[in-house]
Amino acid sequence: MKQLLTFLTKEFHHILRDKRSLLVLLGLPIVQLLIFGFAITPEVRMANIAILDNAKDETTRLIIHKIENSKYFDIDRTLIKNEQVEKAFKTGKIKAAIVFQQNFQNELMHANKAQVQIIADATDPNQAATLINYASAIIMDYQAGLNQQNKLPYTITTETRMLYNPQLKGAYTSVPGVMGMILLLISAMMTSISIVKEKELGTMEILLVSPMKPWLVIISKVIPYFIISLVNVATILILSVFVLGLPIQGSLLLLIVSTVLYIFCALSFGILISTISDTQQAAMLISLLGLMLPVVMLSGYAFPIANMPFILQVLSNFVPAKWYIIIVKGVMIKGIGMEQIWKELLILLAMTVFFLMISIKRFKIRL
Amino acid sequence: MRTLLFLLRKEFLQIFRNKLILRMIFALPVIQLILLPNAATYEVKNITFSVVDHDHSEYSRKLINEFTASGYFQLNDYSKSYDQALDQVEKDKTDLIVEIPAGFERELIRQNESMIFFAANAISGQTAGLAVAYANSIIRDYSNNIRAEWISMPRLSAIPTIEITSSNWFNPQMNYKKFIVPGVLALLVTLVGFLMSSLNIVKEKEIGTIEQLNVSPIKKYQFILSKLIPFWFLGLMVLSIGFVISFIMYGLYPVGSFWVGYLFAGIYLIALLGFGLLTSIYAETQQQAMFIAYFFMLIFILLGGLFSPIENMPDWAQYLTYVNPVRYLIEAMRMLVLKGSSFWDLRYHFLIITAFAFVFNGLAIWNYKKTV
Amino acid sequence: MSSEIVIKTNKLTKKFGDFIAVNEITFEVFKGEIFGFLGANGAGKTTAMKMLIGISKPSSGSAEIAGFDIYKETEQIKKSIGYMSQKFSLYEDLTIRENIQLFGGIYGLSNKQIQKKSNELINKLNLQNKADKLVASLPLGWKQKLAFSIAILHDPKIVFLDEPTGGVDPITRRQFWDMIYEAAHNGITVFATTHYMDEAEYCNRVSIMVDGVITALDSPNNLKKQYNANSMDEVFLTLARGAKRGE
Repeated sequence: MKQLLTFLTKEFHHILRDKRSLLVLLGLPIVQLLIFGFAITPEVRMANIAILDNAKDETTRLIIHKIENSKYFDIDRTLIKNEQVEKAFKTGKIKAAIVFQQNFQNELMHANKAQVQIIADATDPNQAATLINYASAIIMDYQAGLNQQNKLPYTITTETRMLYNPQLKGAYTSVPGVMGMILLLISAMMTSISIVKEKELGTMEILLVSPMKPWLVIISKVIPYFIISLVNVATILILSVFVLGLPIQGSLLLLIVSTVLYIFCALSFGILISTISDTQQAAMLISLLGLMLPVVMLSGYAFPIANMPFILQVLSNFVPAKWYIIIVKGVMIKGIGMEQIWKELLILLAMTVFFLMISIKRFKIRL
Repeated sequence: MRTLLFLLRKEFLQIFRNKLILRMIFALPVIQLILLPNAATYEVKNITFSVVDHDHSEYSRKLINEFTASGYFQLNDYSKSYDQALDQVEKDKTDLIVEIPAGFERELIRQNESMIFFAANAISGQTAGLAVAYANSIIRDYSNNIRAEWISMPRLSAIPTIEITSSNWFNPQMNYKKFIVPGVLALLVTLVGFLMSSLNIVKEKEIGTIEQLNVSPIKKYQFILSKLIPFWFLGLMVLSIGFVISFIMYGLYPVGSFWVGYLFAGIYLIALLGFGLLTSIYAETQQQAMFIAYFFMLIFILLGGLFSPIENMPDWAQYLTYVNPVRYLIEAMRMLVLKGSSFWDLRYHFLIITAFAFVFNGLAIWNYKKTV
Repeated sequence: MSSEIVIKTNKLTKKFGDFIAVNEITFEVFKGEIFGFLGANGAGKTTAMKMLIGISKPSSGSAEIAGFDIYKETEQIKKSIGYMSQKFSLYEDLTIRENIQLFGGIYGLSNKQIQKKSNELINKLNLQNKADKLVASLPLGWKQKLAFSIAILHDPKIVFLDEPTGGVDPITRRQFWDMIYEAAHNGITVFATTHYMDEAEYCNRVSIMVDGVITALDSPNNLKKQYNANSMDEVFLTLARGAKRGE
């Protein structure tokens, strides 16, 4: 026990001495969470658009006024010619253009039909679809105002409820994602690098010939990162509840227990990496390429898994973060309990055991 | 000049001798360009939905058919009650609940007006928003069709209607991969260039060889240039490989001029590598350098407009993106590949990125001290 | 040995905050001399040397190396000196020949000179069949000899050696000192730190540093006489006993 303590002190000294890395380790989740929570929102705001008004009559003036008053569009008044608009698309100055036909009002009142065209920069197809939707809605709204007295027959009105996240805050997806990512980064990447560093410098041999048991050496490498991970979990939860206004609907205890299990899973993966690699750079590359990308891409955190090709959907099952994110979303946001997530917890547990078993096997071969 | 050539030779020899890293540099873009655009898609298809049909009428069945026929939606189940459907949402089986009230058909025919109730799993606001938008447009089309079926009544044409048509420029098929591929390519060039350059000088520090260079009469700018040029070439090589793969895999090639693309990427790389070298000069160990690099890369990517449009960010975040070099490359690549923008269209991008190049490299040379 | 002075310091001092690493050292080194710069670990040897070779700025005092001022003319100094650090600092992932070419090029030798010098060097060290192997594959002793040869490739006025024989077997150390003698014979001043006291005997003159101060400076024989000792080891122990820093 005393040995372990001495050794732990050494590990903590290493970590605390490197202020810059520590700052990144503790600061990264905060920065990431704030960017996700406040900077990245699914909502479209203030897209620059051009309006080519070929009619310039009372009706188009009113519609343009309506568009201008919405919070979605910023009209660039300097663009009045066709060629200018084309140019503006190419320089990225505008995202959409709305073109009114000639004699708009006349046609509308007398032929009962007038045309307006919405051109969108579909470089980003989703944004284009959203902009067209918003602009259409505004124009339809104007039309509805015209026709207030005679209502359209066979109208189906819809009522929509946004479950769990009525204001469509980005934080609802990002908090579970950031937790899945940061914990894996710190636990797996840091542990593997710090173990491999000892191997590279040759100090590992000294430790292994000392009376200290090998598994104690590994444990003492792992504990500091376990603690840093817990600090990060606390920071993330506090920030998300008090700054991002994200509630914890389910049981906090269940959330913490599953998080600890996930950290163990990540740590054992880190140990596995360290048994495979011999140099720090190799460990870094394996962690970065083997961990970060799959976590970002295949965990369902950034992109919905359902939309991916089948083969990637299958692969995603091997990413621990996927299961952890499902758990966090369930417990934190949906407020579901043990009975609905026991399967995911079991998968994480199985993965942890699997990683540890391979590590032990490989560790023995090496010695 | 001659000294520089000797230093360059050394750097190239070292890069090409490290087979593991070299393989990574070239395997990385290939794998990622093949995988990422397929995984990284916000294209909304396969939205799963559960139907709670209290009406069981012909009209409600037709409506459900419209959903499944649209190509966006996939029926998960018919639930008996809203609660049962909600259970499916909790299990992450379904994204959208469509509840059709009893008397839906009757009211629609008799009272000309009926109601539908949607509930979307909004944990991912983006998916929920699009799902509801699509659902609404299906309903709109559906009621238009009924109208067309039932009405030849003259009073209808008396209503003035504005006909809205839309066109999607530069990407008429609304192909999401076209959007994502140039961005990913920009990201890969950045990743390779930045990681390599930020780990480089600090590695010489860690193994001690830098001292031998510091006591020699090498000029600071020679040293920085000798570190910059090899990675500059590597970056452009990654770009070229990326162009080839985007063409083979996705049929994408710049509508605009290749040369403008290379020129821009060339200047961009100088700026980026300058920043990488600055990181490397500042860091004490490789591990530290990697962390700092990781930190900045993450912020650069998140605030680079790769996945989420910069226009949608709040003002403070938009101001931050102005000092994010990655933003300019992603924008420029998209403009070149999809829109065919010319050098003149990109003049501000060129101006800004050149300024970055001067600032970062100036700082790198200034901060690189031959003393300890 | 001539009376031309190539290193001259006057009250050279380096402080790190409150800690005075090097405290007003004053000494002169003559052309062609082998000067041993001794001291226990932490006595300030390496710090002092780093000031002399221009990679560390002194806090106060002055010094001239090969006639150049260590404050203003560090880059000229760098052209006239060679340096070999205690950390082995050739590029392990380059071959022997590539390392020679690199440092030859950095010090501005012409291609012809580089060609000639590398052949001479390779022959002298008997590395003919290893010339195109990576330096990483050489045993430590050979690496050190190679590093020394490369440090004097450009015929510097002075070569600075920081613990050059650390971790090397006695035979190689002997060979290494033969190389140092040869360099000195060719007019290169050798300034070496070491903590092997038997090596101190090989020097023309030695200085002994204790806690940042030079406490003795003379030829090994004079020092032994002065301290009534049989070996440099005893001299060193007598002087270093009072040290507060270090081990």
